[in-house]
Amino acid sequence: MADNPWFSWSYVTANADVLWARTAEHAVLTVEAVAIAAAIAVPLGLLAVRVRWLAAPLLGLTAALYTIPSLALFAILAPIMGIGRAPVLLGLVVYALLVILRNTVAGLDSVDPAAVDAARGVGLSPLQVLARVRLPNALPSILAGIRLATVTTVALVTVGVVVGYGGLGQLMFQGFRNNFYRAEILTATLACVAVALVLDLVLWVAGRALTPWLRGRSA
Amino acid sequence: MTRTGVVDDALAYLNDPLSWTRTGGILDLTAEHLLLTAAAVVLAAVVALPVGAWLGHAGRGAGVVVWLTNATRAVPTLGIILLLAAGGLFGDTAVVVAAALFALPVLLVNTYEGVRGASPAARDAARGLGMPGSRVLAQVELPLAAGLVGAGLRTAVVQVAATVPLAALAGGGGLGQVIAFGMGTQRYGQVLAGGVLVAALCLVLDGVVALVLRLSTPAPLRAAARSR
Repeated sequence: MADNPWFSWSYVTANADVLWARTAEHAVLTVEAVAIAAAIAVPLGLLAVRVRWLAAPLLGLTAALYTIPSLALFAILAPIMGIGRAPVLLGLVVYALLVILRNTVAGLDSVDPAAVDAARGVGLSPLQVLARVRLPNALPSILAGIRLATVTTVALVTVGVVVGYGGLGQLMFQGFRNNFYRAEILTATLACVAVALVLDLVLWVAGRALTPWLRGRSA
Repeated sequence: MTRTGVVDDALAYLNDPLSWTRTGGILDLTAEHLLLTAAAVVLAAVVALPVGAWLGHAGRGAGVVVWLTNATRAVPTLGIILLLAAGGLFGDTAVVVAAALFALPVLLVNTYEGVRGASPAARDAARGLGMPGSRVLAQVELPLAAGLVGAGLRTAVVQVAATVPLAALAGGGGLGQVIAFGMGTQRYGQVLAGGVLVAALCLVLDGVVALVLRLSTPAPLRAAARSR
């Protein structure tokens, strides 16, 4: 049997364009899924805090969806939505939803009632209280949820391989089927971890820029 | 291939008694799935519970525990399973090792937090009674940590049961085989049926573990929050 190293630079250089294309596909899919999930989860969180009885069923439903394994969810969605990108994207949105929703609700719940009272006292309208007091105070928790959702989503994308759209997962599986081509599997796995770290770093920097008042305190 | 055709195929597959009862059928695969899940959770617990309890008791290693939990989130499970396979570790052993690897941080962090978070007054009282450190841990801190440890176990069980099907892509056993086989032979009805079976198993397992935990935990120790 031919030499099968765990890592080889010649694999990386010879396949740089494929690696890059898959990495980009992986990152774009992740960002898209988390963005859609955030666009749904943050308003839902606001609603759940306002209409109290909605909170338990909303969190319960998303938690139940979260319990369904990604492989099973993709397998259920693919025959209905067709093989490819759509079922993976929808599945990823479902998983990111719970994390962001839970952190949004927790963040809004932990806003100091005295701050809200003070804001009302100086004559802010309910909408102004929301925009200037509640949301900024809940922002660190919401951002933490988005970061957690992003890192989890990066790892989940690989499972999309089962319906033919797994970003770097495609390379891992291809390497596996290609006579256990170790270099291909390991490179794709490392690239996947790198995507998670880079996106997490970007979000951390963005979070610092968005919450300047927290700087100097321990995050 | 029409889409209603897929649903019909899935129903036909699930309605055929032979798909359930034959050797290697759904019943066999479910039993295998549960066995693999139990093995992985036990393996992870054997390592995570003592280490977590000791670190929590000593109040050390918080940074490492948190870092480990966050770092493992970024590692794709599929990559680890395929790497184990490429390294020569195949089938069920690889499944158990990989699943245990990912269940470990959940159990570790919950045990650590539970022991660490035991009421300082209770701990002080136990010390004041003259208990040595090991008895403080066994009779005060661990009982107080039971709720969080239980929540960690529940998360770990569901997470492992969800990870096991992934290993079917690399030749492992369990219900994931229905999905992997359906994909391989382009029988999408079976893929759908397999997805439904795996999802149902995880939801039922989550409920059963929650119930067992509730019944086995004395009322004052029931932790309200479920942590991940």
